[in-house]
Amino acid sequence: MAKRIDVSDLNIYYGNFLAVEGVNVSIEPRSITALIGPSGCGKSTFLRTLNRMHEVIPGARVEGKVVMDGHDLYGADADPVDVRRQIGMVFQRPNPFPTMSIYENVAAGMRLNARRMKKSDLDELVERSLRGANLWEEVKDRLDRPGSGLSGGQQQRLCIARAIAVEPDVLLMDEPCSALDPISTLAIEDLMTELKERYTIVIVTHNMQQAARVSESTGFFNLNGVGQPGRLIEFNPTEKIFSNPDQKATEDYISGRFG
Amino acid sequence: MATQTPTPVSTAADAVEPAAGRLPRWAPWACFAGAAAVAAGLELLGDFNIALFVVYAVVLGTLALYLASRVTEGRRKATDRLVTAVVTSAFGIAMVPLVALVWEVVGRGIVRFDGEFFGSSLVGIIGEGGGAYHAIFGTLIITALTTLISVPIGLMTAIYLVEYARGRLKRAITFFVDVMTGIPSIVAGLFAYALFVLFFGPGVRLGIMGAVALSVLMIPVVVRSAEEVLKLVPNELREAAYALGVPKWRTIVKVVIPTAIAGLGTGVTLAIARVVGETAPLLVTVGITNATNFDPFDGRMATLPVYAYYQLTQPGVPPEYAIDRAWTAALLLIMLVMGLNVVARLISRFFAPKTGR
Repeated sequence: MAKRIDVSDLNIYYGNFLAVEGVNVSIEPRSITALIGPSGCGKSTFLRTLNRMHEVIPGARVEGKVVMDGHDLYGADADPVDVRRQIGMVFQRPNPFPTMSIYENVAAGMRLNARRMKKSDLDELVERSLRGANLWEEVKDRLDRPGSGLSGGQQQRLCIARAIAVEPDVLLMDEPCSALDPISTLAIEDLMTELKERYTIVIVTHNMQQAARVSESTGFFNLNGVGQPGRLIEFNPTEKIFSNPDQKATEDYISGRFG
Repeated sequence: MATQTPTPVSTAADAVEPAAGRLPRWAPWACFAGAAAVAAGLELLGDFNIALFVVYAVVLGTLALYLASRVTEGRRKATDRLVTAVVTSAFGIAMVPLVALVWEVVGRGIVRFDGEFFGSSLVGIIGEGGGAYHAIFGTLIITALTTLISVPIGLMTAIYLVEYARGRLKRAITFFVDVMTGIPSIVAGLFAYALFVLFFGPGVRLGIMGAVALSVLMIPVVVRSAEEVLKLVPNELREAAYALGVPKWRTIVKVVIPTAIAGLGTGVTLAIARVVGETAPLLVTVGITNATNFDPFDGRMATLPVYAYYQLTQPGVPPEYAIDRAWTAALLLIMLVMGLNVVARLISRFFAPKTGR
């Protein structure tokens, strides 16, 4: 299941604008990797290149290598649709499909890909995914209700259930808790800790306590100035980053001193 | 005039700001009633003219209200009342043609709004009786064909514009769709006529020609409304689908279109309403006939707008029966358009994404 991702010399462009430059990093399987840094430094952009969501934006492109278990995601034979089936994603704002019920939202990965499944198998998959997202007890009596009728935190867990229902190897999370209250955030953090047993998780967060709480490794992104590309300044075990970082810039950012 | 608006009871506290009183709630009504009385008096001096009476009453009433308010309530309040009166009058003026039109069409059209009108054609009818059975079905068939041609082309164009096109080609298509929206309908008719003349020779009249002409008018309307609606679908939903490993075309078919279906349905229905009453293009492409013809690929057909036009311009002798039929056809057209608008509203209500808890 969980797979290792090696990124080497990755440059990310929007048109001719170099947004992120020279990223080299190894993301370990069965662990949570957190990406922190100021707004606009390219954390989310980098995250989106890991499952080829970046190129959905017109003009966006990538140079360099992203290798998942020996398989180059940007190789000539790699199909972005296949890549995204292996690397799921949860977005900043919960985005359940408004036309679908809770059940259909979780089954969406299967249904939209027209994979034939027996009703009983699908039922089982939906229950397993919802249990995996710690949502089953809350919604089991109203699976046919619209997904958009849930609270924000429940919607986000629904989106996680939807993402793990396609059984990916890696789960990317782009500030999954930034729109949620502390209780829902705690629920999602607990969930991440459970999920890391089976998945490789990469999370972008603005909340440094969150990074410190949940992650094994942390990467700090920064940029030198407006119009300059973002860079991965430091990548180390979380404990080291938050106690004794190698770089001055990391220490300044974490302790709240900028510039 | 000022006598009709009693000065408010001033209290001692008002001494600082002498004009800080308030007109009673019935003051505007009193002003306009007084103005109406004066206007009636003015009218009685000469010939009574209802339009002039209304104009006098509104102008005098507004003036009276403004002055009364200026004296008692101060400048800001007076301006407020003046603008309120002007805006309300503008609304009234805008409503006049609409109400007059509906009133006239219903009043005259109701005369022949009977079973025979819906049940029989004009075959062998000279003078009394007869109906628009053939024209009603002609309109329904041609409109259905138009919809059949326009909706797939229009929807697919809109999907292409929103989901795929970029750069120069997109701008060019958008520009030409905009130009097409403004094509005079007679030009669309002449285009369809010229096109079919190439294949069938001059003088050809077919139902399908009318459908083609109306499609030229309907396609840009469908494209524009569908484009707006598809743009409203949040990008997050597309990304959510992509992130599940769903290919782009499936995302469009299974996520984007279902999310936008209410707006798409409404847009299509309003586009149909837009073309159902077109006269000029049908005049030159479909013509008119007295007999019933259900085959749009064979010969002339009657349609309601053209039927109304011929009944009114070539009524025969005596003319009143044909003119009555023309009014009823007009009434039927208005009802069709209203019905389509109601359908559009129902679609947008029932198909809108549900957010219930």
